[in-house]
Amino acid sequence: MTIDRPLPLDSGQALPSVTIAYQSYGTLNADRSNAVLVCHALTGDQYVASDHPATGKPGWWARMVGPGKPVDTDRYFVLCANVLGSCMGTSGPATPDAATGAPLGMAFPVITIADMVRAQAMLLDHLGIARLHAVIGGSMGGMQTLGWAAAYPERLASAVVIASAARHSAQNIAFHEVGRQAIMADPDWQDGQYYGSDRAPTKGLSVARMAAHITYLSEAGLTEKFGRRLQARDAKSFGFDADFQVESYLRHQGLAFTDRFDANAYLYITRAMDYFDLAEPHDGRLAGAFAKARDVRFTLVSFDTDWLYPTSESRRVVQALQSVGAAASFVELSAPFGHDSFLLDVPALDRLVAGALRNGG
Amino acid sequence: MALRPDLAIIAGAVPAATRVLDVGCGDGDLIAALRDKGVDARGLEIDAANVTAAIARGQSVVQGDANRDLADYPDDAFDYAILSQTLQTTERPDRVIAELLRIAPRAFVSFPNFAHWRVRLALLWNGRMPVTRLLPVAWYETPNIHHVTVADFRDLVRARGIGVEAAWYLSGDKPTSAAAATWRAEHAIFLISRG
Repeated sequence: MTIDRPLPLDSGQALPSVTIAYQSYGTLNADRSNAVLVCHALTGDQYVASDHPATGKPGWWARMVGPGKPVDTDRYFVLCANVLGSCMGTSGPATPDAATGAPLGMAFPVITIADMVRAQAMLLDHLGIARLHAVIGGSMGGMQTLGWAAAYPERLASAVVIASAARHSAQNIAFHEVGRQAIMADPDWQDGQYYGSDRAPTKGLSVARMAAHITYLSEAGLTEKFGRRLQARDAKSFGFDADFQVESYLRHQGLAFTDRFDANAYLYITRAMDYFDLAEPHDGRLAGAFAKARDVRFTLVSFDTDWLYPTSESRRVVQALQSVGAAASFVELSAPFGHDSFLLDVPALDRLVAGALRNGG
Repeated sequence: MALRPDLAIIAGAVPAATRVLDVGCGDGDLIAALRDKGVDARGLEIDAANVTAAIARGQSVVQGDANRDLADYPDDAFDYAILSQTLQTTERPDRVIAELLRIAPRAFVSFPNFAHWRVRLALLWNGRMPVTRLLPVAWYETPNIHHVTVADFRDLVRARGIGVEAAWYLSGDKPTSAAAATWRAEHAIFLISRG
């Protein structure tokens, strides 16, 4: 859907119009009160519960969203929109310039999490949905969810924030910078103007994904899955092939990623995450961000093996919410999969999400 | 499911339309009863499985430790704080009580009375730390690190200038008198307030 209204951005710039690609599941009820917005993570997309058109794989949260699932599409009208700056149909660096018709590339303005949220709010305006039953998201989706509560507290009843944080730490920024530098160091990146050429920075993007992928897993998980096992060989090669299974796995993850993701979009979205700090506009007081959100029911979940967005970051949010008197729930779940736990088989998470979406009682 | 007798008394005594924090709320039985009567009840609970169960019931419960995490709540955040069967497990019961009465002007505190006659007899006859219905775990693995009696509690609140607005004493699930509570009450519930 293209909305012919300017979208003002945190940078001071504005997009003259914005295209938002989204998927919906279930039926909006008569009083338009059962809408649930699912916010996706860095490399996610709007195909939360339906097959991905490029890869043919099931939706990234099909285990959570669907008929009879915790986010029950028999009860809720579930929306998921591709975030601003991404590459699955929503306006981003691959979007053509209105004047020249050439892809914007690095001429696309730098965006923020708040800009993503503002674009989603425009989509809801367009769909005639004044208020959401819930906003829910993991990782960067959780940041958008917190952003919703900060920017539009009157527009949501419930916020479910999983494996996330209210700011990017120095370590978070550092890992992202490694990824961005890998992309920009790839000669095929061509200052971002690789669209239309026969070269794209797949090597750089692949390395970025490999580095990031490590941060999504726990050390114990990696050890259990791969250990020091060798890949399809009996002995070390004394060369630089993928001797170890973990190397082969990461190379595969990196390469497969380049089939479905745009390198510039990766630059823009990681930047948006790095700029994210909900406390910043409030002199560093996170509670200030939630001053008007005391009627929103919050549920926060962290995982004990997630070192990317550790429990301490969720606790910091909970403390801020408690200081403004908002109804907050929080639990640290035990799961072996590191940050990626929010996407994987953690039955306790299913129960929590179902409970958090219920209206009290 | 029937509510534990001390919880039923607390649930009955909390007025509707108040804000309540149940510290050590377990899987949310008391919160459910309070919500049924229109109380805005929230919880703090240390055990992740209990917290998960309570949130799955649609309740607002935060995983946390009463010894530390009460500090995160602002003054007067609630009308009532509740600490049931938890006081004797805290590191510094006096400080926890002070925190309860900081975040709410009134608090319900319930605990097993260590001077109940069965406990006294068990100590007297056997010379060993008693294992009873309300204190079912051996001394070396019990979470109850600060055993307390009705008389001890009365002394503490008096010394700290804390008011007692009401008290209930239970022998089994039957009430027993205040006069005989020090030896007949298995369980005591105090409604205390800032002095």
